[in-house]
Amino acid sequence: MPSSNGAIIEVAGLTKRYGDVLAVDDISFDVVKGEVFGFLGPNGAGKTTTINVLTGLSRLDAGTVRIDGIECTHSPKAAQHLLGIVPDESNLYPELTGFENLCFCGALYGMRRKERETRARDLLEEFGLADAGDRKFETYSKGMKRKLTFAAGVIHRPPILFLDEPTTGIDVASARQVRQIISELHRQGITIFFTTHYIEEAERLCERIAFIVKGRIVKAERTRDLLQPVRGRDVLLLSVSKWAENLCDELSRAFPNLGVEATPSGQVRVESTEPISIAPLARFLDERGIELTEARRHLPSLEDVFVEVTGIGAGMMKGEKERAGGRGGGNS
Amino acid sequence: MKRWTAFWNILMKDVRTYYLKPPNISWGMVFPLAWTGMFFIRAGRGLESIPDLLPGVMTIAILFGTTSVLAVTVTFEKRQRSFDRLLLAPISLELLMLAKTGGAILFGIVSPFVPVVIASFLADLSGVEWSLVVPAVILIAIVSTFLGLLIAVSVSQVFEAQTFSNFFRFPMIFLCGLFFPIMSLPAYIRPLSYALPVTYGADILHGAVRGANIMPFAMDFVILGAFCLALFAFSLRNIRRKWIV
Repeated sequence: MPSSNGAIIEVAGLTKRYGDVLAVDDISFDVVKGEVFGFLGPNGAGKTTTINVLTGLSRLDAGTVRIDGIECTHSPKAAQHLLGIVPDESNLYPELTGFENLCFCGALYGMRRKERETRARDLLEEFGLADAGDRKFETYSKGMKRKLTFAAGVIHRPPILFLDEPTTGIDVASARQVRQIISELHRQGITIFFTTHYIEEAERLCERIAFIVKGRIVKAERTRDLLQPVRGRDVLLLSVSKWAENLCDELSRAFPNLGVEATPSGQVRVESTEPISIAPLARFLDERGIELTEARRHLPSLEDVFVEVTGIGAGMMKGEKERAGGRGGGNS
Repeated sequence: MKRWTAFWNILMKDVRTYYLKPPNISWGMVFPLAWTGMFFIRAGRGLESIPDLLPGVMTIAILFGTTSVLAVTVTFEKRQRSFDRLLLAPISLELLMLAKTGGAILFGIVSPFVPVVIASFLADLSGVEWSLVVPAVILIAIVSTFLGLLIAVSVSQVFEAQTFSNFFRFPMIFLCGLFFPIMSLPAYIRPLSYALPVTYGADILHGAVRGANIMPFAMDFVILGAFCLALFAFSLRNIRRKWIV
């Protein structure tokens, strides 16, 4: 039963240590029943560790966990019947077919034979795997494996679903389908705890988001509240023909109302709370023999908020994961 | 009811996937029969040596039939993380591990009766006390399976499971009185024999088949039962300590 504030997952002071490594450091948060709650952070931030503790795969060192009113701190099995888990790696049985894998996962939650077989067929259809249902899991492509792993996580119709990087390592079309399924599950009232390092994906799907960095939650708010400070900002990305020393400093002095900084990709980022006029900037550069080759208006997003709060570039997060497990279809 | 559905399906999946496959049949049935042939020829006493060899062959069949697959498959499932699915299921760890070991125990109970059936055509087994053989076989199957489980939770790689299994199993053939009486072993090795659970199972079988037990049956059964409980409890403790970190 959710608490009086509607929270179905209540975490207070959760701390988890692996030897000398502090994986999760005194984090507290609530997840409200029926919402999509995003856990956003780079590799090694503590996202998977948090999921493992909440689902009973890891023991916590300090703190308390309550799920649907059930005290799980010392008895993590107590609420497992309420949970569906889609892990960050496809971990079904290679020697079983897709259909057998789904039926087996249903049986683990006590579903009767007829019920689980009907549900397995429906899920294979829904996930576009009906034609591959009789094939062994080991013959599936990466995207198919991911989708079947997702289906296995929801076969028992859990009211709470943990999704650990569900679109990592799969193609764009499969990722889009997975996102549609997440939206559909949300519409059905399922509470979704969702970890990702794809910022745009979190922005699109989550109602509330927590930024987690080095085991600590650095910010946790409703997505629209997180975006509020950057909405209404005008941002221009300028490409120039040559890079002059102190160019950004000179621009700042000449246009004191603008925020000016160099981007890692060699552009000049100009920001203001008022609409920015390009002509004076182009003239200023021209007078110094620098040609403005491109000026692109940038719509501020959650990425800007994330970078501002954590100091971590979104590109770096993606790059890390792609090196680790291959690019998925985070965005399309 | 729901947890028994889970229990039954884990058990049946393992039986279908692992225990009725050629590698297990070769270890649990062909290998013991090959050993029988070797000792049969070595004994040089023709068919009359069969009752002497039968308890040892039955014990090897159980030992290899149970440990060969269990230790490897549990380690393999842990490595590829499909074991996590089982740990996430809403059933107790005790029931889960009983389901995981159930297939090995069943195979261990069936496999020693293959050499028994063959022996029944070649030798007179009318004096065998089946009321002792059957519970002894069940207990040896359980204790050997839990030995395999202990190996599985002590290693992290599949090859380690295989190596570690053989480290236990092959010395047991000689140390547990399967083919050579324990009393014929050097005195300083005998304590090791008595520290191994299979010794007590083999003793019951020697007594039941040819009246050659060296310890009272009741003592053998009690010690075997105690080994079963201790190995299972120790394995569960290791799983909680090492796998739910």
